[in-house]
Amino acid sequence: MAHPRLITDPIWLLRVAAVVAILLAWQSVFWSGLLYRGVVPSLWAIGGALIGLLMSGQFYGNLAVTAYEVGGALLIGGGLGLLAGIGLGASRFASRGFEPYVHYLAPTPKIVFLPVLLVAFGTGPHSKLALGAVSAFFPMALTMAAGVRGIDPVLLRVGRSLRLRRVQMLRLIYLPALVRPVAVGLRLAFGLAMVGALLAEISLSNAGLGYIAAQDYGHFQTAEMYAVLIMIFALAAAGNAVIGRVVRTAGPAR
Amino acid sequence: MSNAARWRERVVPPLVGIGVLLALIGLWQYFADIGAINRFVAPAPDDIARALPELFTEENLPASFAQSLGETLAAGAIAAAIGIPAGWALHRRRIVGFAFEGWVANLAAAPLVLLYPLFLVVFGRNAATIIAMAVVSALPPVILKTKEGLDGVRRALIDVGRGLRLSPRALFLRILLPAAAPVIGTGLRLGLILALISVVGIEYLIHFGGMGDLIAALGDRFEVARMFAAIGFVVLISVGFHALGEQVEKWLTRV
Repeated sequence: MAHPRLITDPIWLLRVAAVVAILLAWQSVFWSGLLYRGVVPSLWAIGGALIGLLMSGQFYGNLAVTAYEVGGALLIGGGLGLLAGIGLGASRFASRGFEPYVHYLAPTPKIVFLPVLLVAFGTGPHSKLALGAVSAFFPMALTMAAGVRGIDPVLLRVGRSLRLRRVQMLRLIYLPALVRPVAVGLRLAFGLAMVGALLAEISLSNAGLGYIAAQDYGHFQTAEMYAVLIMIFALAAAGNAVIGRVVRTAGPAR
Repeated sequence: MSNAARWRERVVPPLVGIGVLLALIGLWQYFADIGAINRFVAPAPDDIARALPELFTEENLPASFAQSLGETLAAGAIAAAIGIPAGWALHRRRIVGFAFEGWVANLAAAPLVLLYPLFLVVFGRNAATIIAMAVVSALPPVILKTKEGLDGVRRALIDVGRGLRLSPRALFLRILLPAAAPVIGTGLRLGLILALISVVGIEYLIHFGGMGDLIAALGDRFEVARMFAAIGFVVLISVGFHALGEQVEKWLTRV
């Protein structure tokens, strides 16, 4: 049963109205025949395709492939980004010498590197993982560099005046202060790793969620394609929500 | 700060950065020359340098560049035309802002570019799909930064406008918009960068002209040196876009 406050909350009502309006608009376009029905299938067809997708074993196999690529990309690209970011943030010299390159390469469309990665890693999941890793590296590195620079100097002075050893400084001051930048960087890196891996799958692959979306598009099974896209967005939103919770738990930058 | 200290702080690090970059390129060339790097996978820097002029003479690079640039600027203009009023609506009606600002922020973090098959079936395989996708990618930062900028306008400025009995339209055009311009400029810069990423990505995937298509075609033909040169060119465009956006942002902050 819905919470009574939700029913009278105008913000909640507005949100529900927006969702209903979008769904109704979609269904009206289907009923009107304004657009070819193969392009705008009915909501029931999409719902049916979604259920069919979730019931099929093929979906979970492809989901595992995408999860492997995105997870690996986060681990390798995010990990290297984390180390590079700490290095750039901790040293003013390194920051002035090398950060401009990271800064300028970050907005480059990473898909342009896919042909190189395909030649280097083959057409299997590793080229997708590599593109995801390249995508994940930059947000993590830049967020960490800013996070390290943002550590309150008072905390560092307190640590030094208490004569904390290097390990104690790391455990008691640096690590707690870096939880939030890591979480924020992880959130950005997750989104970009997912985009990188899935775009690479759509481009050239034989497994993964991007592959089944591309297959459905190729066979003009639009309801099935929309079902896959809905699942991809739901998974991205779920991943974001989990990392977002970590960000909130970490509290404001300290 | 003494001249020597300034030299050590400001000049030496960028010089070391450039030196390391040149050293890496030199190593790459050396390893390619002795056969330690497969030139088919990673062509030597001199191969890439030789391939660069060929992009202009044989691959019609200016036309590809013009197409990508045109699509990016068109998407940026449409995103501004939709995003600034949408941001204003979120600012003006607080309840709308509370209801949808979080949604727009979530959209900014969502892999929107993956929606391209949907746009492809609606618009077909043409420039409209590329521009529409780029608009969708560019919209969230424009909307969010417009709202942030308008929310941050000092109360005193608005009171002055009201004291002068400005109409709501004049208040928006003469006070709110100029005061929020630097923050809106940041949103437009981010939007343009996201639009460029989306344009090149979709061009690559649907093979419909532009820099993305050129790189994909060179990769398909195994013209690896030209492909690396084209990738370098896209990186330079991104750097140029980024630098130009930063300058415009600084200018807006000063005005």
